Amino acid sequence: MKILVCVKQVPGSNNVEVDPVTGVLKRSGIPSKINPYDLYAIETALTLAERFGGTVQTLTMGPPQAKAVILETVCMGASHGTVLTDRKFAGADVLATAYTISQGIRKCGDFDLILCGKQTTDGDTAQVGAEVAEYLALPNVSNVLSIEDCREGKLFLTASLDDRIVTQSVRLPCLISVDGDINTPRLPSYKIRKSLKEEDAVRFLTFADFDDQDPDHYGLTGSATQVERIFPPEKVAQKHTLQGDAAQQADQLYRLLLDKKML
Amino acid sequence: MGKLVIRRDLVTPDKANALVDICPFGAICYENGILDISSGCKMCKMCVRKGQGLVEFHEETKSIDKNLWRGICVYADCTGGKLHRVTFELCGKAKELACVTGHPVYALLIGHEVSACAEQLLHYGVDKVFVYDHPAFADFRVEPYAAAFCDFIDKEKPSSILVGATNLGRQLAPRVAARCRTGLTADCTVLQMKENTDLIQIRPAFGGNIMAQIVTPNTRPQFCTVRYKVFSEPKPTDVPSGEIIPMAVTEEMCRAAVEILGSVAKPTDIDIAEADVIVAVGRGAASEAMRAMAKELADLLGGVVACTRPLVEENIMDAKRQIGLSGRTVKPKLIFALGISGAVQFAAGMKSSDCIVAVNSDPAAPIFDVAHYCVVGDVNAIVPKLIDHIKGVS
Repeated sequence: MKILVCVKQVPGSNNVEVDPVTGVLKRSGIPSKINPYDLYAIETALTLAERFGGTVQTLTMGPPQAKAVILETVCMGASHGTVLTDRKFAGADVLATAYTISQGIRKCGDFDLILCGKQTTDGDTAQVGAEVAEYLALPNVSNVLSIEDCREGKLFLTASLDDRIVTQSVRLPCLISVDGDINTPRLPSYKIRKSLKEEDAVRFLTFADFDDQDPDHYGLTGSATQVERIFPPEKVAQKHTLQGDAAQQADQLYRLLLDKKML
Repeated sequence: MGKLVIRRDLVTPDKANALVDICPFGAICYENGILDISSGCKMCKMCVRKGQGLVEFHEETKSIDKNLWRGICVYADCTGGKLHRVTFELCGKAKELACVTGHPVYALLIGHEVSACAEQLLHYGVDKVFVYDHPAFADFRVEPYAAAFCDFIDKEKPSSILVGATNLGRQLAPRVAARCRTGLTADCTVLQMKENTDLIQIRPAFGGNIMAQIVTPNTRPQFCTVRYKVFSEPKPTDVPSGEIIPMAVTEEMCRAAVEILGSVAKPTDIDIAEADVIVAVGRGAASEAMRAMAKELADLLGGVVACTRPLVEENIMDAKRQIGLSGRTVKPKLIFALGISGAVQFAAGMKSSDCIVAVNSDPAAPIFDVAHYCVVGDVNAIVPKLIDHIKGVS
C-alpha cells in the first residue's frame, strides 16, 4: 500500500496579538512546529504500512523552512517527503491551498491512501482534506477513529459522525482524515536523525513542476475568498464589577442568580 | 483576485531589511540582493501598508453576474431522520440576511424518508424546502450527498449557502464548494449581508486573537459553515409556511465508494454544549477541593462542570469537558469562570454565553474583558459563601 500523509508547519503557539490601535500583528519570534493533529495521521500511516505492507511518504506546502516538518516525519519513519513551495502559492485560501496540494500529490505518484489530520491549529478550518479529495476525485471519510482492516481493495474503518459512530468500508484509493487522540504518535528516532541525508529525505516542488501551468489557479489569484479586514475581538460593553469583601461579593452573586431566575 | 508585486526598482538593502521585519509571518526574504515573498505569505498586506511603497497590491477582478444567483440556502443537517438543531439557528439567521436583499430563504434536505423533517422546517420561516429523498441517502456518504447538493446548486443557483459545522457539514461543504470552485469560510461567528448580495463572513483567526472579515466577491455560491449554538434558535411558528419541493434523484447521484456497515450511538456522555448552566474551572481552581466546590455549585444550578485546556492536558479533567477552540464551543444562559485567566482560545469558545461571571484574584486577567460580571477575589472564599446562600444556610 502506497500511503501519503499531508502535514503542515504551524506556529508553536497561538499567542499572536494584534495591536488595537495600529492593527499591526505583534510578531514575537514564535518557533514553528508540526501541526499536532498531523502526528496522529503519520502514526496511522506507519502502523498501516507495518501491518499490511507498504510505504509512507509525506507532503507539505509552505515556505522552504517547512522542510523541517518533513524531516521530522522522516525521523518518525516516513521514507521521504515533499515541500510544495513557490511565491505563486502565497495567500492561498482553502480552495487554492487544496488545489495546489492536489497538483503536488499528482507529481508525487499514485497513492492507495492519502491521510490527513483532523485540522490544523493555526487555520482551524478542517476543510482542506475534503477539498483535496474532491480535486483528486477520491472518496473521503473524515473523523476516522480506527482502521479495522484492509482487504479486497477496501479499507474497513469506524468514523465519528456527530452523535453516532459509523462502521464503513471505503474503496481504495481514498482520502481519510483521522481524529485526534486515536493513537499514540511515536517519537522521532534519534538514530534516523543522525544518519539522515537531507537531500534524500526532502525534495522541493515549485509551480514550474506542476501539470497545471495557469498561475491564476494558485495563491491569492486562485482564491475565492478575500480578507477584507482584520480586527481585534471586541470587548464587552456592559460590565459590572462586584465590589466589597468576599461575603458581599457572594451576596451580590446570589442576588444575581435570583434575578436571572437561575434558582 | 489580485497579487502582491514588488517594486524592484525601489529596493534598497535598508528598505528591504525593514520590510523583512514587518512581515508577521516571516514570508519576506532578502537574500543576495533579491527581495522575494515566499509561500508563507498570508496576504495580510502589512507589507503593502507599511512597506514604504516597495510592495504594491494589484487587484484583478473577474466579475460575475450576481443577479443570476438568488436565495439564501440553509443545508438541513439530518441524520437518522432527525434534524440537527443548528439547522434551525441557521434558518433564523438566513431570514435576517434575506431581509437585506429580499432574497427567498431555502432549505436543502437530503436523506431517506425525511418528510417529517421537511414539514418541521416549514415552521422556521423558509420559503422553499428542496428535498432529495432516496434510499441511497439513508446514511451519510459524502459522494451521493455532494452529488445531490451540486444538482440543487445547478438548478436553483442560490447566492449564499449556510452549513452547520457538524462532522457531517465539515465533510460535505468543502467537497461541494471545491466542485463549484467557490469560497468556503469555516466557523463563522458573525454573518451580515451586503446589498450587492456579498455575504460578510467574520471568524476568529490565529487562535481567536484576531477577527477576520471575509467575503467571496467573485464567485457564487458563497459557502460558510457555522458551529452549533453560535446563533440563537428562533421560536417555531405555529402555522407552517412555505412549500416543499421534491427533487428528482438520478442513478448517477447514488454512486459511492463508501458502504455503511453499521452504526451505533455514541455513549451518552455529558455534553457541555447542551448545558444551560456551566461552572468552568481553570488553573486557579484546579485543586480537588475547588473542583468539588465547582461541582456542588453546578449541581445546585442544574448545570455541568467544564474546564480550560491546561486541566485536560494535565489529565485532571476529561477532554469532553474542555471549552475553547480545541474543545467545545458553548453558549449557556449562565457560565461561571472560576480561576480562569481567559486565554483567547478559551474565550473564543464561550464568549457568546448570555451571562458570564468571572471570579479571579488577578484584576488584570483577560477573562474580565469578556465577563459581564467581574468578581476580583478569592474563589475559595467567595464560592463557598455563595453555595451557603443558595442552600439557605446563611
